[in-house]
Amino acid sequence: MVLQALVSVTLMPFEEEINFTIGYSPVMFKSGQESRALETYGLVNSCMVWLLRLSYCSSDGTKKLSFGGSIKDGDLVIVYEKRDVMKAVKLQLLNYGLWFLSHRTQILYIADISFLITYLEIVPGSLVLESGTGSGSLTTSLARAVAPTGHVYTFDFHQQRAASAREDFQSTGVDSLVTVGVRDIQGEGFPDEYSGLADSVFLDLPQPWLAIPSAGKMLKQDGTLCSFSPCIEQVQRTCESLKSNFRDIRTFEVLLRTFEAHEGKIDSCQGEEGLSVRSPPCKRRHRSSEGSTMQDSSIKVRPCADARGHTGYLTFSRLQCLS
Amino acid sequence: MDECRDNRALVDNNEAQTLTSEDIDEMRRQGVKGDEIIEALISNSATYEKKTAFSQEKYRIKKQKKYAPRVLLRRPSARSICEAYFKKYPHRIGFLRVDALSLLLSLANVTANSDILLVDMVGGLLTGAVAERLGAGTGYVCNTYLGSSPYPVDMVRTFNFDNEICKRIVRAPLRDLCLDQTGTSEKPDACNAELNVGTSEKPDASNAELNGQTSSISMEEMSLPSNHEAADSETTVSPQSKMGKTPKAGEKASEEAIKSWKENGFSSLIIAAPDADAWSLAKDLLPLLSYSAPFAIYHQYLQPLATCMHNLQQGKMAIGLQISEPWLREYQVLPSRTHPLMQMSAFGGYILSGTKICSCS
Repeated sequence: MVLQALVSVTLMPFEEEINFTIGYSPVMFKSGQESRALETYGLVNSCMVWLLRLSYCSSDGTKKLSFGGSIKDGDLVIVYEKRDVMKAVKLQLLNYGLWFLSHRTQILYIADISFLITYLEIVPGSLVLESGTGSGSLTTSLARAVAPTGHVYTFDFHQQRAASAREDFQSTGVDSLVTVGVRDIQGEGFPDEYSGLADSVFLDLPQPWLAIPSAGKMLKQDGTLCSFSPCIEQVQRTCESLKSNFRDIRTFEVLLRTFEAHEGKIDSCQGEEGLSVRSPPCKRRHRSSEGSTMQDSSIKVRPCADARGHTGYLTFSRLQCLS
Repeated sequence: MDECRDNRALVDNNEAQTLTSEDIDEMRRQGVKGDEIIEALISNSATYEKKTAFSQEKYRIKKQKKYAPRVLLRRPSARSICEAYFKKYPHRIGFLRVDALSLLLSLANVTANSDILLVDMVGGLLTGAVAERLGAGTGYVCNTYLGSSPYPVDMVRTFNFDNEICKRIVRAPLRDLCLDQTGTSEKPDACNAELNVGTSEKPDASNAELNGQTSSISMEEMSLPSNHEAADSETTVSPQSKMGKTPKAGEKASEEAIKSWKENGFSSLIIAAPDADAWSLAKDLLPLLSYSAPFAIYHQYLQPLATCMHNLQQGKMAIGLQISEPWLREYQVLPSRTHPLMQMSAFGGYILSGTKICSCS
């Protein structure tokens, strides 16, 4: 849920704080319960929203979702208005200030994130190096994948972004699993202290081939590497530089196609004589009151018209083992 | 440098190679190395010199695969097992492609210290993948099933998990998990049937083909590979006898765990039942989830998922409902020869995902 929510939130254009009051006294919300927003600024008035509890990743495993749990002051929740409109909110007793994850760089989407975590074979306990951090959307997912015993060291050469990312990780509760460093990986490579220790390295850089030699030093033998690049020329140069030291070089594109469903029958065509072209006369007009036909005949499904055409190419490889 | 050769004069009549298969067998018997055989083939080919540089390279690689194959042993992972099965026996895993599998794990927010409810009818691949991401520690992967015998999950053994992770994989029949207070409204067949539990219905590996990894090498030693280099993908195909006892995953869930799940609910749900009715499963299993818990349902066919989504919406049981179809395309990246691969998988299944909500007022 964290991943999905963060992905959705960062698509929102809102970046300023918005006051959001619900009644005039502290209210306890049942997790996952619908609630009515009585007075809102910036959101639609009297809109119906759901508050969803955001599950924390706690290293001691004490924070758990539960049926009986209520959402309380200080909790991080997702305010769900409708699909594609979700906001992360930190409930504050005094003024119910809203808090948003703002969108700072182009982010990776769930299709790419889920695929690369599985393909890099990242499991609890893994040590992962990442550059650049950007908005931290991938970093958060990496942190959840390596929890509770692993760690993610992420680097960005932009001071401000690194600082914002650090704050976000604290708010979402993954700061014990992530260390953010300010460093130019293309220019300087990864820090020597991690040499030979990394299970996986992830690169999202404009010129990843400059960082390949350093990545090779960081990885354990047969460790996995992934480079994400929007342009094919970048991919070609990256693959060239991988040839010397890396094996199993594979490049993929991952996309998601979504579908929508509507209720209603597909009308049969009727000619002038009143005879239908599609179905025989005796079956012309069904009464839809029969319960059994509800099962599948009146639900129509088709792909959504909008789709993402491209995010980037994912190039995977493994550090060559010494013979 | 531009290529000036082309294939206008090349005729595919199988007469270009002067070495016969008997000649090659003779060389092999004499102990000639694979690389030397390839060189012999090249020098005995009438058309090799006339080929373009790219074509020559392609020829070499093809011969290398046949006469000088190399093998690298690797530790199994969800990704490699899924790829292997998808290539060889896709129907056994319900055509669950590796990107669809990874999407299931993300959409259901599989992470350490969670209690994940599964319906795994894809041979155990899903169970293994979830357990791999759950890790050792706290939390469980609970496989549930209708009726009294669990679905076979032999593939879990291919993952070669250690004891700690095996302990996290448990099973419980649906009727044991059903909440007492809503017991009467559950499906009578699944929940209230007074069938015998059948104490040890452990899933046994009846098909031995894709079974077990070369576990004669212990986990620690696996980090240093054998002294062969890799030219082809890792394989989990050859069965080997195991040294020592393998801990069994998939034990019955303890009373304590079941009680805790009834009180708190599961933190997420994944259903991979490519042939079953999505809605009837979802209807019975969603009540077992905590509020705000995500779920993901994998299916081979689109229509049952559409019906399920519609019914969930009508019944206000979930929000954020989405049906996704993952799309995966691989590329060949070589200088001046970069393009998508000629072969592509056009089908990896469909996934319905959403978040459970509290529908009581």
